[in-house]
Amino acid sequence: MTDNSKNIKDFVRIAEGAPSSRPSLALAPRTRPSNNVLEIKDLKVYFNTIEGELRAVDGVSFSMRRGKVMALVGESGCGKSVTSYSILRLIQSPGKIVGGSMIFYPHDEDPADIAKLSDNDELIYHIRGGKISMIFQEPMTALSPVHTVGNQICEAILIHQKATKKEAEAKAVEMLRKVGISGPEKRITQYPFEMSGGMRQRVMIAMALVCNPEILIADEPTTALDVTIQAQIMLLMKNLQKELGTSILLITHDLGVVAQMADDVAVMYLGKIVECSDVRSILKSPRHPYTMGLLASLPGLAMDKQRLHSIKGSVPSLTAIPPGCPFHPRCEYFKPGLCDVGNPPPLEEIEPGHTAACLRAREIMKSGQQSVVSSQ
Amino acid sequence: MKDRFKEFEWEDKEGMFEVALDKALDGKFKDEHFPLLRVKNLCKYFPIYSKGFLKKQIGTIKAVDDISFDLMPGETLGLVGESGCGKTTAGRTILRALDPTSGEVHFDTFTKLVDLCKIPEKKLKPLRTKMQMIFQDPYASLNPRMTVRQIVAEPLVIHNLAKGQELEDRVVEMLRKVGLKPEHRTRYPHAFSGGQRQRIGIARALIMHPSLVVCDEAVSALDVSVQAQVINLLQDLQEDLGLTYIFIAHNLGVVKHICDDIAVMYAGRIVELAKTDDLFNDPRHPYTKMLLSAVPNPDPDVPMNPALSGEVPDISNLPPGCSFHSRCSICKEGCKDEKQELFKVGDGHYVSCNLVDGKK
Repeated sequence: MTDNSKNIKDFVRIAEGAPSSRPSLALAPRTRPSNNVLEIKDLKVYFNTIEGELRAVDGVSFSMRRGKVMALVGESGCGKSVTSYSILRLIQSPGKIVGGSMIFYPHDEDPADIAKLSDNDELIYHIRGGKISMIFQEPMTALSPVHTVGNQICEAILIHQKATKKEAEAKAVEMLRKVGISGPEKRITQYPFEMSGGMRQRVMIAMALVCNPEILIADEPTTALDVTIQAQIMLLMKNLQKELGTSILLITHDLGVVAQMADDVAVMYLGKIVECSDVRSILKSPRHPYTMGLLASLPGLAMDKQRLHSIKGSVPSLTAIPPGCPFHPRCEYFKPGLCDVGNPPPLEEIEPGHTAACLRAREIMKSGQQSVVSSQ
Repeated sequence: MKDRFKEFEWEDKEGMFEVALDKALDGKFKDEHFPLLRVKNLCKYFPIYSKGFLKKQIGTIKAVDDISFDLMPGETLGLVGESGCGKTTAGRTILRALDPTSGEVHFDTFTKLVDLCKIPEKKLKPLRTKMQMIFQDPYASLNPRMTVRQIVAEPLVIHNLAKGQELEDRVVEMLRKVGLKPEHRTRYPHAFSGGQRQRIGIARALIMHPSLVVCDEAVSALDVSVQAQVINLLQDLQEDLGLTYIFIAHNLGVVKHICDDIAVMYAGRIVELAKTDDLFNDPRHPYTKMLLSAVPNPDPDVPMNPALSGEVPDISNLPPGCSFHSRCSICKEGCKDEKQELFKVGDGHYVSCNLVDGKK
């Protein structure tokens, strides 16, 4: 019962409070860092389950540059989606943000630490959907099947901006035109099931961008789509990003998409970032054995027919993270007594602007062995 | 092999569906490879019924429309295309999991040739040991209430091929072959990761030593590193057991890696059929070019320049003429009315576009 009334209160707050009264911000104004829009430091998200504490995200730090595309790459279960969900405070019980900070620097407002906000702080309603918005992987399940597309886009406008219903509708039409949907006046009266997968993803993008957010989180935006539609959506996102100046956090496991879209890349493995740099150095000269393995196991379009390089074993369960470097049981460069003891290796700068969490990264780099696997 | 569409005399025996192989081979094909599978003009139409009481048929969906190809033993044919192009339906119709509307599927069982489209249900069951399928989703295709031993042994039990200790031995041997441990066989599927589940699916498909395996998006649901392991496994097993694959996929990188020949499908028809290298180095059909241009290159210095337009047309209401003309960049007036047929442009290279040069 108490739960229920709380929900209703929240709902009323969303419906009335958020657009008009701009809430005061959590952090005092201070010198903002040169060019970052979001700084995540030592973020920890744990899930308390029967099997024990699952450290889905364990000490993740990265910063997003304003107007750039940052990609989070990794296999399923590595914590990339949990990271993105926690930025919007969408983590549900039994998950909990147990530590770290996520400082968001809006363009014209004071910075705020998203990690410290309480779950129903007014500020988070202001940020979520208005300042930071999200595109989900599967557009059919992310869109409501019982509301028209127009209503769903208008909802975002009515919540976050001062607008009448008519103005909101006009805005929705304009936005749909921007994402390349023909006949938007007719489309806003349609339901998602009347559209194709690519069209639905365009609607999702329109909905996410209609409030002109500063950060767009795109969680596997093209995974469910065909390559031709994927290419169209990628081009669309790139063009809109240039036009609107939005920063994008791209969550994906497709390294082809990363190469074509991203400016910076962070590679995640078992809840930790193992390598972080700009897109060129990650894909051309990876320094962490995991990244090398991922790249080499791509059945690339340029490779000859031969055996694929594969990373041995599979991703271990989060309940049984290996001691020392979590990647050591699968690593080609594993050295007993060094890699499998002590704490996980920290992210260290290997080259200027290129960090990797591997104790032997320098050694491997010097020996030149990495060129064997990354020679594609 | 030389000319894949060469006609050969078809001799009827025992009705319409069987021919003794030695007779079919009589004098004519001794030097040539004989295809394991020959698909000729295969069609699968689904009717659309009106709503209400009468359920009148108001249209048809031509999911697979007049496809033909040959598949040599030990080779791999890739079927690629966007979703809804009919590649899965084609795979299922070939295995007769779906009854075809018309056409012929000649399957070489090593003792005789069989037309899978005409063979009666009763005679089909023993043939099932020769052809198997690996499914896309390793989470949905394994029964959660059966142990791995039951899942992998089920084909042998159904076909009554082994029991007791022999059954046990064959299960253990198969599990070893796909990289699982024998002690895994008492566990249930939920205890395994995605890659391991797909290995169970592969073990189930291969335990009867089939000659033809249809892999329907068999690696699409897997992570990159696990995907590489499963692709390697499929290739090793192909060499060990002499398997022939039909590999249905939408990931062109995977298809390029594993396939000998590739058939590109669009709206139920094959628009281009070629050797893998020919297809990637010299694509002829505008649709193939469009597909290849849309693949994001993992090299950031090679910018993507996709020449794209439109989406897949409504397959229940296809435009007359070339079904691709509404998205085609080189479309001319004639394309809107003329039907396009597959014709030869090179060695083993077939295209269905009237505007392509080199028509022979």
